[in-house]
Amino acid sequence: MIRVAWLVARKDLRIELRSKVLLWQVLPFGALALLLCGLALGPADAGHSRAAPGLFYLVTLFVALLMINRSQAVEQTPGTAESVATLGMDPAGVFLGKTVALAVELWVAAGLLLAGTVVVLHTSLVGTVHALPSVFVTLGAMACAGTLYGALTAGDDGPATLLPILALPAFAPLLVAGERSFSAALHGGALWEWWVIDLVALAGYVAIGVLLYGVLEE
Amino acid sequence: MTTPAVQLRDVVAVQQQFPLLSGVSVTLAAGSLTVVTGANGSGKTSLLRLLAGVLPVTTGEATVLGVDLLHHHAEVRRRVGWLGHDGSFYADLSVEENLTFAARALGRPLADIAPALERVGLAHRRAVRTKDLSAGQRRRLGLAWLLVRRAELWLLDEPYASLDDQGRQFFDGLLGDVQRGGATVVMSAHDALRSTTLTPDLLVMAGGRLVEGP
Repeated sequence: MIRVAWLVARKDLRIELRSKVLLWQVLPFGALALLLCGLALGPADAGHSRAAPGLFYLVTLFVALLMINRSQAVEQTPGTAESVATLGMDPAGVFLGKTVALAVELWVAAGLLLAGTVVVLHTSLVGTVHALPSVFVTLGAMACAGTLYGALTAGDDGPATLLPILALPAFAPLLVAGERSFSAALHGGALWEWWVIDLVALAGYVAIGVLLYGVLEE
Repeated sequence: MTTPAVQLRDVVAVQQQFPLLSGVSVTLAAGSLTVVTGANGSGKTSLLRLLAGVLPVTTGEATVLGVDLLHHHAEVRRRVGWLGHDGSFYADLSVEENLTFAARALGRPLADIAPALERVGLAHRRAVRTKDLSAGQRRRLGLAWLLVRRAELWLLDEPYASLDDQGRQFFDGLLGDVQRGGATVVMSAHDALRSTTLTPDLLVMAGGRLVEGP
């Protein structure tokens, strides 16, 4: 399982490095969306608003949806799905590999977006750094859930539109917990309780994915 | 008596309530070469996908390489090789990276990659991204993919499409070698094979049924 996971994760990350879709398409989109959030708040409110963590996770959600679709699209080019299926790889390993690759991509994107929140939304640098562990775990859990829902919608018509509808209910608790945790890091409050919710969700999604990814792929 | 490579009896395959195959019965000997012909939508590709263990059997009996396809399709998948219409690999990986991925996934030696690329005439293109290859070169890469994985049953979907005469001759030669090496080959084609060196069995399909067989 671990061997397959390592193989798949390396393959997905290599494809991303070559295609540069994250670098030239997704990250500029995320940066622009964050900038628009700052403009919507206006220069007077941006520095004082408590909406920054929520706006950060909203933009991250858009970025995550794009990356999840992208992660599944590379497997769906004509002939590839059949050919890779006949490699007979352990589905649990494929799930873990795709999740790790997606998580790495989301962490990279989040690094840029967090820097953007400091610059555009004027969040405190120290508070943002304190929020890093919870962002790390929240996006890990989103990568797990996203890989599951991506596989579920990949073979259907219009996966780009179906994915958000199906995945949002799964993402909602993760986003709420992530936002609360980020807010606590910025403004004080119960940081660890929310952080732990995402950790438990991460463990749950990993277990579900390892057990059920093969069924979803079929 | 040797076990047949493929043995189907009254096989029905239904996908999203649409019957793709309707009562197909056929036996293909190990080491044989078979061409499946028929009009568009006749079920050629569906038959190949079923033999690959990718399209589930709804009813009937199906044995591939001596393995029950209904209950052990995962084992069948690891022993067959699939070459689709447009190649079967990751467009943003290089020729060599695609083959390395397949070899590692199957636990095959990486030392098999260089000879396979030499055999299909792609050694000089090993570092090129797959999406930058011509259609004919992607076909050759597909063949290298199957050579590296040492498939026992080669399933080729329209392999002669987008090949020039030189490519067809090369393909015929390779398939002859594969057959002599003991592997079984099943390929789909719109028309009967125009080969001077290969003498395949012919299956004709129409409306998801086998209307003419060996």
